[in-house]
Amino acid sequence: MNNFQDKVGWYIRHFKREWQIYAMLAPAIIWFILFLYQPMYGLQIAFKDYSLFKGITGSPWVGFEHFETLFSSDQFMRAVKNTFIISGLTLLFGFPAPIILALMFNEVLNQFFKRTSQTIVYLPHFISTVIIAGIVITAFSPSAGIVNTALGWFGIEPIYFLSKAEWFRPIFIGSGIWQEAGFSSIVFLAAIAGVNPSLYESAMVDGASRWQMIWKITLPSILPTILIMLIIRIGNLLEVSFELIILLYQPATYETADVVNTFIYRQGLQGGQYDLAGAAGLFNAVVAFILVMTANTISRRYSRTSLW
Amino acid sequence: MKNMNLYSRGDKIFVRINMVLLALFTISTLYPFIYIAAVSFSSGFAARAGVVVAAPVDTTIAAYKFVLSAPEFWQAYMNTFIYTIGGTLMSLALVIPAAYALSRKQLIGRRFWNLMVAFTMWFNAGMIPFWLNMKDLGLLDSYFGIIIGFAINAFNIILLRNFFESIPESFEEAARLDGANEFQVLWKVFVPLSKPAIVTITLFCVVARWNGFFWAMVLLNDEGKVPLQVYLRKIIAELSDDQEFSASLMSAPYSVETVTAAIIVCSIIPVLLFYPFIQKYFNKGILLGGVKG
Repeated sequence: MNNFQDKVGWYIRHFKREWQIYAMLAPAIIWFILFLYQPMYGLQIAFKDYSLFKGITGSPWVGFEHFETLFSSDQFMRAVKNTFIISGLTLLFGFPAPIILALMFNEVLNQFFKRTSQTIVYLPHFISTVIIAGIVITAFSPSAGIVNTALGWFGIEPIYFLSKAEWFRPIFIGSGIWQEAGFSSIVFLAAIAGVNPSLYESAMVDGASRWQMIWKITLPSILPTILIMLIIRIGNLLEVSFELIILLYQPATYETADVVNTFIYRQGLQGGQYDLAGAAGLFNAVVAFILVMTANTISRRYSRTSLW
Repeated sequence: MKNMNLYSRGDKIFVRINMVLLALFTISTLYPFIYIAAVSFSSGFAARAGVVVAAPVDTTIAAYKFVLSAPEFWQAYMNTFIYTIGGTLMSLALVIPAAYALSRKQLIGRRFWNLMVAFTMWFNAGMIPFWLNMKDLGLLDSYFGIIIGFAINAFNIILLRNFFESIPESFEEAARLDGANEFQVLWKVFVPLSKPAIVTITLFCVVARWNGFFWAMVLLNDEGKVPLQVYLRKIIAELSDDQEFSASLMSAPYSVETVTAAIIVCSIIPVLLFYPFIQKYFNKGILLGGVKG
């Protein structure tokens, strides 16, 4: 009993003395509960016949009905397939691009050229998705766009790129590389800056060429960074930038463009099928969680420093 | 170490080819901006005919006159400023104290609170529950909803907490001896010492707010409250769909293309003005900490 009183007394003294740090923390914690944890409670609509009128608690349970509907729906399965294809292709083409760019920057001797070029290629990162979409729509327009004008110089008939399913992915991935390759190269440039200069000096004494130094020194030295970035990317595989897709796709290109998040947006927010879309969202969140956790575990094992 | 004179002939060729390729990549990154600027200053007829390549054809500012004469454009511009400034201040006001509290060793349940923050980076309820929650909180169609609903990013808290934790205890001792309380220690010791980290977070917030469009589009119905990005999207969608409007433009000195381009230019200008400031910071390698995590 005495022990218990001691403990209570200790807590009272602690909170009297340290109440300020709890007051600092409280607003953020309330925010997390209100805006991120409360929606997690709302995820139960995935198992309910949800109606706006009855609310989350009032709506009746339906078990796995929505998941059965989803997995037997061609549209949803197509969206899952497209998500993996688009993010797989983005990884394949978008991941090496900043590494190559960083290696190229590192070989530039003219500092003015290097700085100017970096300033320009970092810029698109700070431009909003809507503007990117606006530029793409204008440039690829069949009658007025520069792309078709240029094709016309070679006698090629105008192509209506944005309503052709086979063109959606190249345009989407290409604009992604245009926007992010430059900025993503910063991480690799930092890794290159950390390489021990004496390695290059002794290679130079041995008469190695720049090309050999890239392959034998620079790349092996930044391999840990490359691996970590790769793991992060695989962990976020489901995070296709669906905002750009929403702005660029149209019914004619759904076949290759519709991903899980655009499916959720269309069914849920545009179509009002909150429960079905919520089920798709839960599926998405669980798969993403597994991927992120796996990535984190792997990186912890290989780099000793965890990602978070 | 890198001295061209020490390079062999093969290396000199290699370096030059590399530079040419980089120059090409740089130009192709820049080109879309030049193209859009050229279209925005061209006549509607020229833009429609697709003859604009890199310089304005039949130079005119008709498209800008059309864009800048719409009161909705100015309203949207102002709204973007409200969301950017209000949202960023709200973020700082919530994130800085929370990061400080989480960095204090005497905080009871520190591991739990940290996990509670970090967990939101790994698991997210997603679009629909978030939207329903905003609706239940009565935050649809409200300035405050947009400002508060996206105020905290777990990543920013963790970034700043790590920075605070790296500050040696000796820095705060003098303030403690003077009888400073926690708020004073945070404000007078930690905030000034963490300026780079706080600037980084501020930049993240400003850029995210300025460019944010999806949730503004979804949560705001009232056209008087939408930010520039949503307005821009609406104009692009309407201009390209609305046959009647397109037809009425046949005689006008501007076209769908030039108007779209003019709005794009208008919304990029503040980013360009702000850009040297951002550059200054990631040149110092500070954004790096953020990119690396």
